[in-house]
Amino acid sequence: MSSHTNQKFAFALVTLATLIVVVPIIFVAVYIVWQGIGGISWTFITTMPSNGMRAGGILPAIIGTVVLTFGTAIAAIPLGIGAAIYLAEYAKDNALTRGIRLAIINLAGIPSVVYGLFGLGLFVLFLGMGTSILAGSLTLGLLTLPVVISTAEEAILAVPQSFRVVSVSLGGTKWQTIRYQVLPNAMPGIITGVILGLERAAGETAPILFTVAAFYLPQLPNSIFDQTMALPYHLYVITTQVPGMPIAIQYSTALVLLVIVLSMNIAATLIRRHFRRKRLW
Amino acid sequence: MLATKEMIDRSMNDSNKELTPSRQRAAKTRRRWNELPIEAVIRICGFSAVFFVIVIFLFLLREGLPALFSVSPLEFAGKFWYPTFGIYGIVPLLLGSIVVTLGAIVIALPLGIATAVFVHEIAPGWAREILKPLIEVLAGIPSVVLGFLGMLVVTPLIREYLGAPTGLTAFAGSLMLAYMALPTIISIAEDAIDSVPKSYRDGSLALGTTHWQTIWGVILPAAKSGIIMAIMLGIGRAIGETMTVMMVTGNAARLPLGLDAYFKPVRTMTATIAAEMGEVAQGSTHYHVLFLVGIVLFLVTFLINVVASFIIIRGTPRRGGQLLH
Repeated sequence: MSSHTNQKFAFALVTLATLIVVVPIIFVAVYIVWQGIGGISWTFITTMPSNGMRAGGILPAIIGTVVLTFGTAIAAIPLGIGAAIYLAEYAKDNALTRGIRLAIINLAGIPSVVYGLFGLGLFVLFLGMGTSILAGSLTLGLLTLPVVISTAEEAILAVPQSFRVVSVSLGGTKWQTIRYQVLPNAMPGIITGVILGLERAAGETAPILFTVAAFYLPQLPNSIFDQTMALPYHLYVITTQVPGMPIAIQYSTALVLLVIVLSMNIAATLIRRHFRRKRLW
Repeated sequence: MLATKEMIDRSMNDSNKELTPSRQRAAKTRRRWNELPIEAVIRICGFSAVFFVIVIFLFLLREGLPALFSVSPLEFAGKFWYPTFGIYGIVPLLLGSIVVTLGAIVIALPLGIATAVFVHEIAPGWAREILKPLIEVLAGIPSVVLGFLGMLVVTPLIREYLGAPTGLTAFAGSLMLAYMALPTIISIAEDAIDSVPKSYRDGSLALGTTHWQTIWGVILPAAKSGIIMAIMLGIGRAIGETMTVMMVTGNAARLPLGLDAYFKPVRTMTATIAAEMGEVAQGSTHYHVLFLVGIVLFLVTFLINVVASFIIIRGTPRRGGQLLH
């Protein structure tokens, strides 16, 4: 076989492999929309579940996921951006910094269910928060932290060095330079990273299993010390724990979850595109 | 206006890539005292990651080690997991995790590297514009949604076409996990391919090789350390996945020995924690043992990540043009 036929054959294989990866992704999205769209109605997304979740809507689960996502944002964003600033602007190249980086990589690699265990041990039991929105948000925030740190650091490092040099040469202090030059220019990248981190948190089930999620609670939470339903856990419950669950409701719930999560994904992509086009460097 | 700015940028970028020591000192003296508090806060944020890793580990130990009062390490290393009878042997769960993860990597690795090669080397611009967001979408699909589809769509197919008595098998878990690990593998492999110096490629092509020969004989070997890292982090991603495996693997805590284990139900460490923690009494032996399983999971992923990050440090990408200097 000549090397060119060889190449054609190899490229065909590589293309085929890519199709094997991509086609199921499209299938998943299309199939869930196709099966789930019929059950979506205004009532479905704005009313309480009834008849042991076999009828009615999924409002408390939607609200729960939104609340938890906000809680996660509050817990993870300031800390994450602070750590990113430290790593990008302050940290020296020494053993301590390498230790911090190793810790971040490890934090990102800890299985989500272990975060759940930790949240149960520390927040729910040791700190006495009980299974609550507070405990769940803190657990999810911790899980999101490494994502926020690494994407924010990347965004800060992408700001050209010349911006800093000019700011300092005009008499700006280090913090003024960071505050007025580096952060504003890194903001689009930081926002993109934060949204992608929150997207992951919104779809997680294992960390909220023992820290916040309620099996069936047809009312809205009153305070951050309440339990709440959440979409991912609700989907798990109705697909595996409730006998005689109408299949249409299962697909519709999956669709709502997918739409929430993927719209965050699309928002992040659009923000990134928009600012990449506008940026001057 | 724009041109001037670009010119400044370029000249600055070239000559001032790094501040010289004297300039750094000058920059330091220009700090103000009232900025010290905010810098202290940033420093604390910086150290937080180390703090959290330590706290997580200490809390797992605090809740897990008491299990050893009632379950000896020897028992914990046993071959049977029957919590109702007070028998807590982790081996079936550990092997379950290993079997499912191994299957996932065997499926995901060739697909992932091929996709990375396609995206980086072969795909025309428009295809890349479609592929990259699609792969990001895959990374964003919640695991519980994939598990749900796995239950309803994939496992019936396995039962029908592969002759397994039930579709809820280790193979189903491997298949779903492979797709969950793919975004990680693809993006790291693509980074690795991207960081191969252009001079390698040019040198190879100049010798008259075809594009494919260059990819296979030069680029992939040069990207080796990155690809090994993709494997490791893919394993880390797969072994820690919980909801999907819990929903599609059937959760039978039996010893998965032999190849036919892939076509039987299996139970992983993650699924065991998730399924049983909700039902145990806080402070019971079972409760503490589940934390012990969590410690094993923590240590396994910790080890994988430490090794992977040493690969990053050792295999720092050699940027283009170095051969000319």
